[in-house]
Amino acid sequence: MDKDKTKNPNQNSFLMHILTNRASSMTLAVILALLFTSLLVWIMKVNPISVFDTILSGAFGSTNNFTQVIQAWVPLVLASLGLMFTFTAGLWNIGMEGQIVMGSIFSYGIIRIFDGSDVSSALVIILCILAGIIGGAIWALLVGLLKNFGGVNEIFGGLGFNFIADAIMLFLVYGPWKPEGVANGSTKMLETRFWLPQVEGTYLSLWALGIAIVSVIVVTVILQGTYFGLKLKAVGKNNKSSFLLGIHTNRYMLLAFVLCGVLAGLTGALQVTGFNHVLRNNISGGYGYIGLMVGMLANIQPLITAPIAFIFIALSKGAAGLGIDLKLDSNLAGVIQGALVIFVLIMDGVRKVLNKRNKGVQSG
Amino acid sequence: MDNSWVISIGSIFAWAAPVIFGVMGETITERAGVMNLSLNGSLILTAMVGFVVGTTTNSFLLGFVAAAIVGALVALLIAFMSISLKQSQVAVGYVLAIATKSLAYFLGAPYVGKPVMLLPQVPIPLLSSIPIIGPILFKQTILTYLSYVAIFVCFWWIFKTHQGLVLQGIGERPSAAYIRGVNVNRMRYIYTAIGGGLVGIGGALYSLSVKTWNGQLSGFDGIGWIILAITIFGSWHPLKGALGAYLFVLLQYLGIVLQPLLPNVNSRIFQVAPFPLMILALLFVNIGNAEWVDRTLAGLPENVRRTIAKVLRAMRTSPPAALGIPFEKE
Repeated sequence: MDKDKTKNPNQNSFLMHILTNRASSMTLAVILALLFTSLLVWIMKVNPISVFDTILSGAFGSTNNFTQVIQAWVPLVLASLGLMFTFTAGLWNIGMEGQIVMGSIFSYGIIRIFDGSDVSSALVIILCILAGIIGGAIWALLVGLLKNFGGVNEIFGGLGFNFIADAIMLFLVYGPWKPEGVANGSTKMLETRFWLPQVEGTYLSLWALGIAIVSVIVVTVILQGTYFGLKLKAVGKNNKSSFLLGIHTNRYMLLAFVLCGVLAGLTGALQVTGFNHVLRNNISGGYGYIGLMVGMLANIQPLITAPIAFIFIALSKGAAGLGIDLKLDSNLAGVIQGALVIFVLIMDGVRKVLNKRNKGVQSG
Repeated sequence: MDNSWVISIGSIFAWAAPVIFGVMGETITERAGVMNLSLNGSLILTAMVGFVVGTTTNSFLLGFVAAAIVGALVALLIAFMSISLKQSQVAVGYVLAIATKSLAYFLGAPYVGKPVMLLPQVPIPLLSSIPIIGPILFKQTILTYLSYVAIFVCFWWIFKTHQGLVLQGIGERPSAAYIRGVNVNRMRYIYTAIGGGLVGIGGALYSLSVKTWNGQLSGFDGIGWIILAITIFGSWHPLKGALGAYLFVLLQYLGIVLQPLLPNVNSRIFQVAPFPLMILALLFVNIGNAEWVDRTLAGLPENVRRTIAKVLRAMRTSPPAALGIPFEKE
């Protein structure tokens, strides 16, 4: 009897409805993540409302702040898009960060060659972007080869190559490429003629923004509108049966790595010619690592990366002001991003478990 | 001269203690069929918790207990999301590796510059007076002694007890263990939590003994990933894993000792040295599993083939068969 009472049909079905519906359970996940963040902030004896207020005004409070968000959206969305290829193939490219670094090293190297020459700057910028793409692709290919032919899991291979790329970067900026006299972890500034044109008074390059938007469309078309995309999905969903069906799974996995590296390299090149205008330590800005979280939320739908990357970068940029205004550490942005992904995964899991159980009840 | 040499070798064992706790924790967890990929983040988070609780309560014991509890809680979250909710262990572990690191830096920021406390050395009366070995092995902190104990307890538990047999079973063939009446998922929860607790002790060692907390775990970010690689390199065996851990710390130590010989090279480049080695080590233990190796070998003359195959087989490791796969009773 008591058991029947606890299974009050009305109450149960309302909660059940929220938890088993995709949209409402995702909304609930976001609310839970925000509640969790509020709790943390409250423990630190700060009013949660003022924290969210600071983040929002830090991201959107002025034209200047907003252009910074847009500017930083470019590398993050490009990184997330690259990861769409590896995620689709069922691979974890943690090496994204190092691939971005390698892209930036290659692109800066090309510009260095033309430093002081009278070659047209448009040509040099194009060569610089191509070099970046090659650098990123090589670094990604290495991880893929290690996985395919050496059995080294791409998580460890990728991670190892991230650290190696960092070491190469440190070697260059403190060694052969350091500016005369000083060693401050950065090369000398590029000649302004090698900069991608920027909007007056900001760091935003409309060219870079255009490349990002075009990339969103191109990657969406490749993955969702071509036979290649379909095969890649098959490899990711079921590697063994795809192989038995005659797909060269190894080749497709390598290709996914290379395409991911192409976008990583592009990201690195744009960081050099479009934003930083120097080669410096930490030029990748953690976009590879955040991109993996964006990619997980996007659930291999390239179009969705655009808005998710926007939310994530607004959080990161908005949180920069926390230290000045509220004496809180700006790593809170990473906590909120992580909490978002964790609660989305939890609610997604709950939804699937409940749906499966309900199906079992109906059929049984 | 002679004395400083002994102190140097001794500090290798002290430095290795957190790595040992990490490797033992992960070995137990993965033996049970669960992968705790969050290690890099949970080590930093537990280092922060250990430091904050330890210094505010002025008690080492409370610091280590709190760190172990937090480590176990992170591991339980992974167990819940992967065992009960059937989410990908890689996905969950990766996000937690990133999120717990941010959480540590966020919550730990106000404690930067607080007075430091370092675990004192407690020489063991008789053993420490043995020449050479004594001062190296037995003039350490209590936790370093416990790291020696942990290796043998793990070995004994996994290979010499009935419970250890069950542990191997739920990682290798969970369905067989289930038929024999083992509650597979409950055991997986328990071992994941224990493993996480050991990782937590390792984290607190970084902030209360080997290093200290200065708002970041400078120089040790990335160590969690290395520990995961050492677990694979040690083929999920406590003794081999411990060997890997000591080798790794020895190399790290040599990097620091040898650095003055190359003064023009940035010191941070040396900190990267373990990572290429990690890739090479993983390549060695995995290459025997690659299909192209078999094909190439088949084309070689018989005696050469035999020798190479023997070497490859000796190096090769294979993970617990059910690692990362959720268990479902049919």
